[in-house]
Amino acid sequence: MVNKIEILVIGSGPAGLKASLGAAAQGAKVTLVERDPFLGGQLVKQTHMFFGSKEQYASERGFKIAEKLSREVEDHPKIRVLCNTAVLGCYENGVIALETKEKVVAIQPQAIILATGAQENTLMFPNCDLPGIYGAGAVQTLMNVYGVVPGCRVAMVGAGNIGVIVSYQLLQAGVGVPAIIEALPHIGAYHVHASKVRRMGVPIYTSHTVLAAHGDECLEGITFAEIDKDRQPVAGSEKELKVDVLCIAVGLTPLIEILFQAGCKMAFIPELGGHVPLRSDTLETSVSNIFVAGDASGIEEASAAMVEGSIAGLTAALNLGYGKESYQENLAAARRELAGLRSGPAGEKIRSGLARLARSEEVTY
Amino acid sequence: MLSKTGVPTPEQLKAVKPSKERLDQGPVVIVECFQEIPCDPCYTVCKKGGFLPFEDINDLPRMDFDKCNGCGICIGACPGLAVFVVDESYSEQEALVMIPWEFLPVPEEGSTVKGLNREGHAVAPVTVKKVRYAGENNNTHILTLVAAKEFAHDIRSIGVKE
Repeated sequence: MVNKIEILVIGSGPAGLKASLGAAAQGAKVTLVERDPFLGGQLVKQTHMFFGSKEQYASERGFKIAEKLSREVEDHPKIRVLCNTAVLGCYENGVIALETKEKVVAIQPQAIILATGAQENTLMFPNCDLPGIYGAGAVQTLMNVYGVVPGCRVAMVGAGNIGVIVSYQLLQAGVGVPAIIEALPHIGAYHVHASKVRRMGVPIYTSHTVLAAHGDECLEGITFAEIDKDRQPVAGSEKELKVDVLCIAVGLTPLIEILFQAGCKMAFIPELGGHVPLRSDTLETSVSNIFVAGDASGIEEASAAMVEGSIAGLTAALNLGYGKESYQENLAAARRELAGLRSGPAGEKIRSGLARLARSEEVTY
Repeated sequence: MLSKTGVPTPEQLKAVKPSKERLDQGPVVIVECFQEIPCDPCYTVCKKGGFLPFEDINDLPRMDFDKCNGCGICIGACPGLAVFVVDESYSEQEALVMIPWEFLPVPEEGSTVKGLNREGHAVAPVTVKKVRYAGENNNTHILTLVAAKEFAHDIRSIGVKE
């Protein structure tokens, strides 16, 4: 028995929440599925204030934005929320299998918005599998969702926004951060974030990498060193650090397996974090009525994910015949916001990734 | 260099420092924001016209220091914690420095703590004159510190632990 529904939104992070609200505001019926027991995706772990403008909740903390949007979604009569629900796969005729309440359920949505986010990249070095070596997302989950400190002294690998923000959050939790280690010759994070951790005394080592982790049963220390422009260790620059946690924050990769399964045309775009779907300027993939939004469409800030969610939600609703009167106006407003967020020097990478994607052909295997 | 170390250069700091005349007059904002990123709450929160209008959300803040009265509302609004207020008119020897604070413990008014510079080094003791809470929605504390005048443009954080 296949349940027919209007719009399925997969994932309840910033993109999925806004996609659900965007589609429901136009009058469409939305089913929002979330693997975790609660809504919000990565927003629930974000204790820092957001950038952007007031349309994207600037100055508010991520977890507060999650609370606000989750409440709106849960109170909305057109949105049905299914937490603890995992999408198992996409089958013929657009049938989606869900695992919910220990049962497998098949549904057939008229439109799908994929807002699954991203997964963390990892790093290979000797002993990189020792207990005590975490991804930054896990450290944030332990600290900010469950209130558990991951260790006493944490070395951070990666000076992008995630590495620097998680370092700051560790300091807030009373955990020492003796080093932030970054392979690139410059800090990738917003410089204001870097200045925040610097004035709390955390050194940032650019052009450095981890050579090895040490320890018998679990992590006891690391060796790191400067690297030259060919990324080779500089002899004599090795440094030892005693740490019980090494936190890896070296980028994200879009989670798009369901789009591959659905037969969407994909391209490999390094600037966007990996394989991403070809799509229209309203985020519809090459398979009609399948949309993508947020990090699944290319790694970017949460503020942009929210606006992408709105665009996908509005357009999916339009495809089903809802909200024709207000569509153009709402779309234009969202497009202006997105263009603003991407227009400065900080948006250069995403702009070049999107330009490359627009020129791309499908990759075949 | 800021992009390598997280510490702004003396030239960058000089460019955002109000004139000596304006500093002598009383509290005034110093915005240590040197990178164009899509962010504008400092401008939207200011009711005094101290921040010139943004033409683009990526603009760096541009100031009208004569309109700024040093109220410090922008300190709690800046997601980058890059906004400070300095009052050099406080006394002959001392200045007030207002900083954002997001750590525990929140220092008590009247306590003396270490004043830290932009690299986190302790440069001089400071007295916590006032602790203001920017509210439930924001959760930032704004501390008013009394510092020796010569450190008013160096101290940007505090150390509360031994």
